[in-house]
Amino acid sequence: MENLGSLAILLAFCVALYAATASVVGRIKRKPFLIVSAGRAVYSVWLLVALASGILVSKLLTSDFSFSYVAEHSNRSMPILYKFAAWWGGQEGSLLFWTFLLSTYATVVVFTNRKRHRDMMPWVVAVLATLETFFLLLNNFIANPFRMLAVDKLITPVQDGQGLSPLLQYPAMAIHPPMLYLGYVGFAVPFAFAMGSLITRQPGDAWIHTTRRWTLVTWLFQSTGIMLGMAWAYHVLGWGGYWMWDPVENASLLPWIAGTAFLHSVMMQEKKGMMKVWNMVLISTTFFLCILGTAMTRGGLVQSVHAFARSDIGKYFVTFMAIGIAATIYLILDRLDYLKSESELESVISRESSFLFNNLILLASCFAVLWGTLFPVVSEAISGEKIALDADWFNRLMVPIGLFLLLLTGLGPLFAWRKTSIESLRRNFQIPGIAALVLVGGLFALGIHHVYALISFGFCLFVALTVLMEFYKGSMSIANKNSMNPVRAMVELTHRNTRRYGGYVVHMGIVLMFIGFSGQAFNQADTKEVSIGDSMNLGSYHLKVTDIQMGDTPVYQWHRATVEVSKGGEVVGTLEPEKRFYMASKQGTSEVAIRIRPNEDLYLNFGGMSDDNQRAILQVYIRPLVSWIWIGGLVLIFGTLICLVPSKVKMQYARTEVVGITKSHATIQN
Amino acid sequence: MKKYGKFAALITIVVGTVVWLAVTGGKQSQAYYKTVNEVHDMGTKAYGQRLRLEGNVATGSIQHVGAQTEFVLEYQNTRMKVLYTGTDPLPDTLKDGAQALADGRLGQDQVFRAGAVQAKCASKYETKPGLAPGQTAPNINTGKSSI
Repeated sequence: MENLGSLAILLAFCVALYAATASVVGRIKRKPFLIVSAGRAVYSVWLLVALASGILVSKLLTSDFSFSYVAEHSNRSMPILYKFAAWWGGQEGSLLFWTFLLSTYATVVVFTNRKRHRDMMPWVVAVLATLETFFLLLNNFIANPFRMLAVDKLITPVQDGQGLSPLLQYPAMAIHPPMLYLGYVGFAVPFAFAMGSLITRQPGDAWIHTTRRWTLVTWLFQSTGIMLGMAWAYHVLGWGGYWMWDPVENASLLPWIAGTAFLHSVMMQEKKGMMKVWNMVLISTTFFLCILGTAMTRGGLVQSVHAFARSDIGKYFVTFMAIGIAATIYLILDRLDYLKSESELESVISRESSFLFNNLILLASCFAVLWGTLFPVVSEAISGEKIALDADWFNRLMVPIGLFLLLLTGLGPLFAWRKTSIESLRRNFQIPGIAALVLVGGLFALGIHHVYALISFGFCLFVALTVLMEFYKGSMSIANKNSMNPVRAMVELTHRNTRRYGGYVVHMGIVLMFIGFSGQAFNQADTKEVSIGDSMNLGSYHLKVTDIQMGDTPVYQWHRATVEVSKGGEVVGTLEPEKRFYMASKQGTSEVAIRIRPNEDLYLNFGGMSDDNQRAILQVYIRPLVSWIWIGGLVLIFGTLICLVPSKVKMQYARTEVVGITKSHATIQN
Repeated sequence: MKKYGKFAALITIVVGTVVWLAVTGGKQSQAYYKTVNEVHDMGTKAYGQRLRLEGNVATGSIQHVGAQTEFVLEYQNTRMKVLYTGTDPLPDTLKDGAQALADGRLGQDQVFRAGAVQAKCASKYETKPGLAPGQTAPNINTGKSSI
């Protein structure tokens, strides 16, 4: 079976290489049969990669430990879900998973566009097939998942595998990597269309219309993946936080920020024919940040808690990106004439300008995160000293940037296109503005003096009210016109322009998440060594340790504390934080106990036993408003799904399609 | 041109603020990556500097003293005692032999006081089953030793 698997990925590599070559040659030499064969080659790559993946997964499920990958990442006692998840649990498997997703996407693209974009598609296929070739090169020659253990020759057969790290045996963690990967890989498609459009000197926005929905779905996967990662960190790692600016977390955030900027700025191109160069730059940036993200997780480019041991794989990624970026820059510069803007910025207070600033801030934050993440690499290259920047540095920078973005979320959608009058500003912003000021004043009077938290709560209310007013005004006008009830009118309103109102719902999700983030300003924590009968106080809670137990199961040993929680003299429940030690992997895990309430979480972690084994080390955290992050995340997902529903009313944009200005030598070449 | 002047001014303010925050925040937040032997070689210059000390946790060295934790990091035959002074729980991945990063300062008493400790995620342990650690498995697929 291992030979069949190896053969499948080797053949897939050859076929992908063929697809890329045949597509380009077929397009240039005008040989339709070559172009068609390239499309079929893309299907074949999928079949071959699916076969290889199927073999690997079946070996994982049947615990065939003669496969080195299976022995390292699975074991007999693991539930079937995690045996399957071990596919992306290690280096070789996850790279094969990447290739599998990419070839699936490529197949979908070729199939759905088989009758469209005749001139552009060969280049789209070429770009995707080149990317497939690169990843298959890694699968075949650098990180082959079908290595066997030399059983009966040098070493004894393996009775049981090492298993997936118990820290990763958590449902959110099983689906977090595929979500992020679906996002990472997905941006290859709009990028391929953008390049196809550039190469063939397309005058219009065909690439944007074709990939609009694709980009949204990809962005949705990425957002979900990032949030699952945060939820996992919070519920499993036991340090009471969800984000620490670790390089690998940043690696997932970078393409998300660039992708968010892209989602906004394409609206400028669709509606006003502006920012064409910018959109090309943005989608390319997003795509290469996705590749960089994969390289950072897989290539050990930056020291990180997550990063794999240093491997050679990094230099392949760096070479690939260098060539890719150079080619993209050349293409954009060479085709600048086709990307001329059709209108001009007219006023500082306009929708156009708010998009411009939205993009500027997003890009600035993207660059800041990239700079901070790569600072050890940069400083080592310049001064020979490897210098790291800590989480404080990121917070210092990203908190004000985030707050400014939040404000723009409220302002932007209410500015009119071209120019906004003072009168309409007053009409739109008077109520939310005053309400926000009242809230900030009230909170200040109640004793909250944390500046960023006050600003954040003020902005949150401001944005929330502007969004609600938009819904209210729109649905009331529909309700009055058609004598509908207001709720139905709201559904009708949303259905008429799903992208706009879905977008507002996404903004609402962001507001809720910011409420959650602001809770950080009021975090409290304490650590104590306790024995049975001891008690401690934190915030408004009184905690009493009623029991400390230990025991073992066939898989792990455990220590558990039973803690009675009271508030204002009244017992409100018991929490049982637990510490486990898994025998097979010799690894400890924390099973934290959290009392979740909308206003705050009480978070208990069993830190360990004291050396004399008599007392337990209990870590207690109060984490205000954290739940709102997860609620906001769900709202964001819901809003994005609304955006994906086709609008009932087809939007007619006022602008006319302008045919690109052709250079004299750029008449249709073929 | 007045309109573009306004845009330029706004953009300058935004970018300027970000750069200012990045630069002024840089100094206090910087930590030098050093392995245990490098810090040892720095001699007295290492005292009081903010460092990120890299090494492997010496077997059997993790001890709890009161609410504090002590362990020894070693790298290329040099050892250094680390006292963890932070309040967050130590990562579960911190165990004998794990590769760890301690963020803190070295005192005159040769004890490294760390406010934060990271240990490499356990999923990344790529030792081969059935073999002693450090020994690489022969590979019958390619004839090369595996990574």
